[in-house]
Amino acid sequence: MLYFIEQCLNGVQLGMLLFLLAAGLTLIFGIMDLVNLAHGSLYMLGAYFAATFAAFTDSFVLGALLALVATAICGMVLEVIAIRPLYGRPHLDHVLGTFGLLLFFNELVRLVWGPAGMTLSLPSAMLTAVQIIPGLYYPLYRLVIILVALAVAALLYVVVMRTRLGMLIRAGASNREMVGALGVNIKLLYTLVFGLGATLAGFAGLMQAPILTVQIGMGENILILAFVVIIIGGIGSIRGAFVAAVIVGLIDTLGRAFLPDVLHSVLSVNAAMTLAPAISSMSIYMLMAAVLVVRPEGLFPAASR
Amino acid sequence: MTEPLLQVAGLTKRFGGVVAADAIALDITAGECHAVIGPNGAGKTTLVGLLAGEIAPQGGSIRFDGRDITALAVHNRSQLGVARSFQTTSLFAEFTALDNVALAVQAHAGHSFRFWTSARAEAALREPALQALEDVGLAARAEARVDKLSHGEQRQLEIAVALATKPRLLLLDEPMAGLGADESARMVALLRRFKGAITMLLIEHDMATVFALADRITVLVYGRVIAGGDPASVRADAAVREAYLGEHDARHD
Amino acid sequence: MKAARKVLGVPLPACWLAPRTALPAAVLVVLGLVPVYAAATGDPFALTLFGRIEILAMAALSLNLIMGYGGMASFGHAAYLGIGGYAVGILWKEGIGSGFVQWPVAIAVSALFALVVGALSLRTRGVYFIMITLAFAQMVYYVAQGLDRYGGDDGMTIGSRSSFAGLVNLNNAAQLYYLCFALLLASLFLVSRLVNSRFGLVIEGTRSNERRMRAIGVSPFRYKLVCFVIAGALCGLAGALLANHTNFISPAMMYWTRSGDLMVMVILGGLGSLFGPVLGTVTYLLLEEALSRVTEYPGLFIGPALLLVAIFMHGGIEGLFGARRRD
Repeated sequence: MLYFIEQCLNGVQLGMLLFLLAAGLTLIFGIMDLVNLAHGSLYMLGAYFAATFAAFTDSFVLGALLALVATAICGMVLEVIAIRPLYGRPHLDHVLGTFGLLLFFNELVRLVWGPAGMTLSLPSAMLTAVQIIPGLYYPLYRLVIILVALAVAALLYVVVMRTRLGMLIRAGASNREMVGALGVNIKLLYTLVFGLGATLAGFAGLMQAPILTVQIGMGENILILAFVVIIIGGIGSIRGAFVAAVIVGLIDTLGRAFLPDVLHSVLSVNAAMTLAPAISSMSIYMLMAAVLVVRPEGLFPAASR
Repeated sequence: MTEPLLQVAGLTKRFGGVVAADAIALDITAGECHAVIGPNGAGKTTLVGLLAGEIAPQGGSIRFDGRDITALAVHNRSQLGVARSFQTTSLFAEFTALDNVALAVQAHAGHSFRFWTSARAEAALREPALQALEDVGLAARAEARVDKLSHGEQRQLEIAVALATKPRLLLLDEPMAGLGADESARMVALLRRFKGAITMLLIEHDMATVFALADRITVLVYGRVIAGGDPASVRADAAVREAYLGEHDARHD
Repeated sequence: MKAARKVLGVPLPACWLAPRTALPAAVLVVLGLVPVYAAATGDPFALTLFGRIEILAMAALSLNLIMGYGGMASFGHAAYLGIGGYAVGILWKEGIGSGFVQWPVAIAVSALFALVVGALSLRTRGVYFIMITLAFAQMVYYVAQGLDRYGGDDGMTIGSRSSFAGLVNLNNAAQLYYLCFALLLASLFLVSRLVNSRFGLVIEGTRSNERRMRAIGVSPFRYKLVCFVIAGALCGLAGALLANHTNFISPAMMYWTRSGDLMVMVILGGLGSLFGPVLGTVTYLLLEEALSRVTEYPGLFIGPALLLVAIFMHGGIEGLFGARRRD
């Protein structure tokens, strides 16, 4: 039972990271109608920046903050130079262009940081585990990820639902022309939204960095998971992204943790050990396929699309 | 009297709180040209959508040629002989005019699971298609791509495509939309030629056109039929004058 | 060597006789002469590189059939390459070395997979379609990773190529190459017939305007599904070729970036043009090859190049020759 709770927490933690990534993706998608395959590159950049700056400043927190700023700047520069000309073009041109960016960033990272990958060490205070219920010790850092991501989610909610920028974002998601007609500087709005998405992606990357290694292509797998999340949640919906991220995180983690045992009860050990990873990896895709078959626009379709 | 070709009874469609079709009853006799008029937002295009099968009604029934087609899909209705033109031109933009019409002919010439021989070389498809183009006066533009045609020519092509499906009932959703005076006159002349041969339901704003073509008129306001009959009686109807004709003078598309 | 000339001598369909035939013809002639060059210089690498190009061009051709002509943007097309390859590899491992069994199985399994994926995915539109096809491909990818008996994550070397006793000997590099070449030509011919047939017109018309297609009396779903299955089968055949070409199968051949590569080849060449995918594949792979010879970081140049193509070159390479039919 304790193991189950621990795995649930792990699932929620993965879900939170997915949410950070998916929130930016779904905003960019919902507002600019842009399919951005390079979103995972910003996740990767965030991790590399953090590892570099943390080593340089000898402080995890300072390194992380600098990395956030750097990723945000990268995102906005990228938007102005490369992304802006793609708005309003067919989705397949987005796929082509941002796929090119993905190749570019992978290579750039290899050039700058080398092919070996990096590690980002946690401050020693983070290396402990805390007892959250009697008998269950859980790594402090993972708890921190969950709490910080929840805080970001809450902040994002407040920004989107309560501020002028958020109002524009929501209006932009449902009616681009109207926002433009209101005299809002739509170019600036798009750059800011893209920068916000980049920052969230970079944030996810640097949070994940101490748990996994920082390496080239680290954004590719998780980008696809993030796409699954926004498709399940409904494109353009932050709330949908949140719910779907938690669902996907839980299914993925619990599948990996418990499927071998479950299968073992009906199959031989060998068959279970072979099948379980495949099935648990597949499970979220099956979920997505099932959702799309039943609800072709996702669980929480945004108002107009 | 024989059974009407199209019998609509109690047809109802609501979009949220808006009633776009409120228990519409309508009979169209074979061979007649039946105009549906009404102010903006009266539900005219919704009615075409309901009859063509693009919109599912919440109540009521549609009978075509004695058969209940209320639940039938768009393509099935087309196969039975219900054709339509679209208010906003809707064609295969990258195809030539002839390809557009030939595809409509093909759609009514058995299934299209034929993978090898070139459909563009099939006389059985091209000849009727050319004929339809000639019927609407577009034969000279047969090989022009749709996006190179003028707006007026595209409207004519809409008619040709509908005709190529050998319709028994033709739903015309504002065929004059966006046409200049000359082009409109040509379109009216065109439609008049098929009058009698093909049963038509005509949605139209332009009163001159309506009175020039229609055998009978139904007046729709806020999704409800408020009057119907031959042109003279509709013109004289007080309710119609108040609800529609008065307003019509004030606004022109 | 003479066989190739003959293959080139096959009467080409009428649509190839347009003024723009020079480039495709030149490309095909060059492809046909590669073994001559290889024999003359004693450099077998050209055969490997161009053989790979031909195989991937076939895959791109099949993707173009659904994506370019049919408007069905599948982001999971590499799955069929993988399925075709694994069919060959698995059968070999189980002691069935005959290509007469392996290849039909590769085609049939790919077609079956396409039938299932298509039946479920074709209910969705636009980006949702892109993503659901991607999801199915990822599933196959993970299944392959789980196949420990067939190499799991690391993949598996195939000990011997498909045997076509008495017909061709795939262990002969030139024969394998010419088989790839012949199948590429056959695929081009097949697609050119297909897209001009009644079936093809329904497919193209549906991409152009599905609502109108219904209004004239056609329900597009079955046609799209059949088109999806044909494309899957053709790509499965390319996968069987690929497995023979590299003697190796691994899950990596269907990772999502592989599907991305295929999409890039098609869009680069020009969507919905017959020869575009071949041009796109040749350009993309040669560019990759050339850059990797002069720089350690080819991606630094290929990436921005793709972006520039996306921004400035509407209609891909074929679009440069006035073949632009759509945005």
